[in-house]
Amino acid sequence: MSVANYIKVESPEGYSSPGLFATSLDKVVGLARKNSIWPLPFATSCCGIEFMATMGAHYDLGRFGAERLSFSPRQADLLMVMGTIAKKMAPVVQQIYIQMAEPRWVIAVGACAASGGIFDTYSVLQGIDRIVPVDVYVPGCPPRPEQIIDGFMKVQELVGNEPLRRRYSKEYKDLLESYGIR
Amino acid sequence: MESGKEAIIGKLRTRFTEGILSVDSSGDMLTITFQKKGIHDVIQFLKENESLAFTFLTTLCGIHYPEKEYPLGVIYHLHRFSDNTRIRIKTFLPLENPIIPTVTDLFSAANWMERETYDFYGIIFEGHPNLKRILNVEYLDYFPMRKEYPLEDPTREDKDNRFFGR
Amino acid sequence: MSLDRYTTLNLGPTHPATHGIFQNVLTLDGEQIIDTEQTIGYIHRAFEKIAERRPFYQITTLTDRLNYCSSPINNIGWQMTVEKLLGVKTSKRVDYMRIIVMELARITDHLICNSVIGVDSGALTGFVYVFQEREKVYEIYELLCGARLTTNMGRIGGFERDFSSEAIRKIYEFIDHLPKVLRQFEKLLLRNRIFMDRTIHVGPISAESAMNYGFSGPNLRAAGVDYDVRVTSPYSSYDDFDFVIPVGSQGDTYDRFCVRQEEIWQSLKLIRNALDNLPEGKFYVDVPEFYLPPKEAVYDKMEALIWHFKIVMGEIGAPAGEVYHSVEAGNGELGFYLVSDGGRTPYRLHFRRPCFIYYQALPEMIRGGVLSDAILTMSSMNVIAGELDG
Repeated sequence: MSVANYIKVESPEGYSSPGLFATSLDKVVGLARKNSIWPLPFATSCCGIEFMATMGAHYDLGRFGAERLSFSPRQADLLMVMGTIAKKMAPVVQQIYIQMAEPRWVIAVGACAASGGIFDTYSVLQGIDRIVPVDVYVPGCPPRPEQIIDGFMKVQELVGNEPLRRRYSKEYKDLLESYGIR
Repeated sequence: MESGKEAIIGKLRTRFTEGILSVDSSGDMLTITFQKKGIHDVIQFLKENESLAFTFLTTLCGIHYPEKEYPLGVIYHLHRFSDNTRIRIKTFLPLENPIIPTVTDLFSAANWMERETYDFYGIIFEGHPNLKRILNVEYLDYFPMRKEYPLEDPTREDKDNRFFGR
Repeated sequence: MSLDRYTTLNLGPTHPATHGIFQNVLTLDGEQIIDTEQTIGYIHRAFEKIAERRPFYQITTLTDRLNYCSSPINNIGWQMTVEKLLGVKTSKRVDYMRIIVMELARITDHLICNSVIGVDSGALTGFVYVFQEREKVYEIYELLCGARLTTNMGRIGGFERDFSSEAIRKIYEFIDHLPKVLRQFEKLLLRNRIFMDRTIHVGPISAESAMNYGFSGPNLRAAGVDYDVRVTSPYSSYDDFDFVIPVGSQGDTYDRFCVRQEEIWQSLKLIRNALDNLPEGKFYVDVPEFYLPPKEAVYDKMEALIWHFKIVMGEIGAPAGEVYHSVEAGNGELGFYLVSDGGRTPYRLHFRRPCFIYYQALPEMIRGGVLSDAILTMSSMNVIAGELDG
């Protein structure tokens, strides 16, 4: 027979029997969360256009569960910062991050969001990890849609494997303290 | 085309005899340097005189020559669509008192262009309706495009200049 | 009249409908807009300051990021400015190749703008159709220069490689296929009753006001003034071609939409003419101080090696002088004012950015309208944040 051209989603380890599947709660919650991430596209410049191409029909980020873009931070899980963040914009990014509800993840798409990019100037923030904690960095100027999807899949890995109590742990609270976010 | 340039220079010389500092018609367009006093009348004459009729302000920018006597400059580019004639008007200002009248009443396009020039060079446009910073943050206390200020962030502490070739 | 009758609404920097980050604080009386206060500079990257520190061919990467929806036009405009300073005249083949690339970029820019006007009024389908065509143009750019969006295309004196036969085949395929998609797109929007009701008489500006505000490009042509840099001050052999400049009558959103749509058709005609009549010859002209010598010569001849070293290390200076050159970019007259003092970097480089200049007119265009009209007006003006702040 022909080779099947689909990949089965791995089920978590656990004990299964007819009508019953027993596993740990974080694995199930992680599986549900990672396949329905609602991103907030914070598109500022050229990487935003590559994101529009990623959402388009050719590359289609929607098949990973990210079909529903949320422009309101209250309803979003993943903050995708795409493009240059200037110092004038930095308080706005931090405010958007604070308005997001836990659990929340941040992906820095593009060289400018990751480290300031080619703009080593007085007016550009040299990487958004100076103001918000970042989970995944996608380099490129602009990164190809395949790279953005790769970064998104790494976020999916992080989401799927996250322990349920991580957001209440002392290390996480100290991390947010270090950014001045309470 | 030479006669066009000569005619424009002639008209300007008759009207503003003592204002013209230098004329250069060898480059890509006619370039005339004026004194700061009366620059508003020069631009108004260029716009409203029927035979000159430079009705489009292409751009307005600043420049800084630190070693000259009048270091800060304002450069206007005007354009006449009917026969595609462009003209460049320059004027230079002293560093301690860089005040120049605004041309916002003649060209509304000059509103933001003058704000940008103020933001970058600190040139004050007298009579401007809303002269405050437009592109940089409001609390910036220096004028960044002047030659004495560096490109990079002066408060940056992580990038070591040795590795970045500066 | 008490002030608390008016509402202040912040159409803030992050908003799904403002494509790009700029802020409008609106003062509303009920739903009518009384006044707005604009704040820009949220993506100010100090291009003009960076340009004073970079050698001439490194500035091409900066110009990419001005109007990033149509980067090749910015690149080629900058290269033409430096050629004007050096006094270099390009051959017909280079000119025609430049026309093909610039018109492709103009098509992509107008496609985004028109489909986004549709998205902002609720019609999402056209956007998805049109983006597939942009992917085809990205494939063409990849064959020409290697990159999709920020192309850094071309060199001072021409191009870095010739159009391969694969690229020419793809361009013909694209211009043969696009009319079908455009007709489909127009069937969705152009004579759609709802779209017309939402865009006619919305955000109008008169021709005198537009000239006074320094408008150029499709926004000025929609207001009724037929100023196009390709026709008024022709560059790169545009005067060999015969094309129509569409002009609107009222300067409202529908006129801007229609002008851009017609310009796409005209660009298709231009590309087909240029490609059918592409002259033979080299894809560059000899500018020894700026154009890298071919690799075979670098390995054999001494002077080619020396030029290669000097160009790569950026030790070449341009002659002193000042020059202003402008091209018809997707949004209007994109001008480059270059002052050189003989050094290896420009002394002053000023970009005349069309978005920055015509965005000042927004308060006048939306006064008296309602909020949803303001959204459509903003998106029909095609404000690209990279060009606005620069």
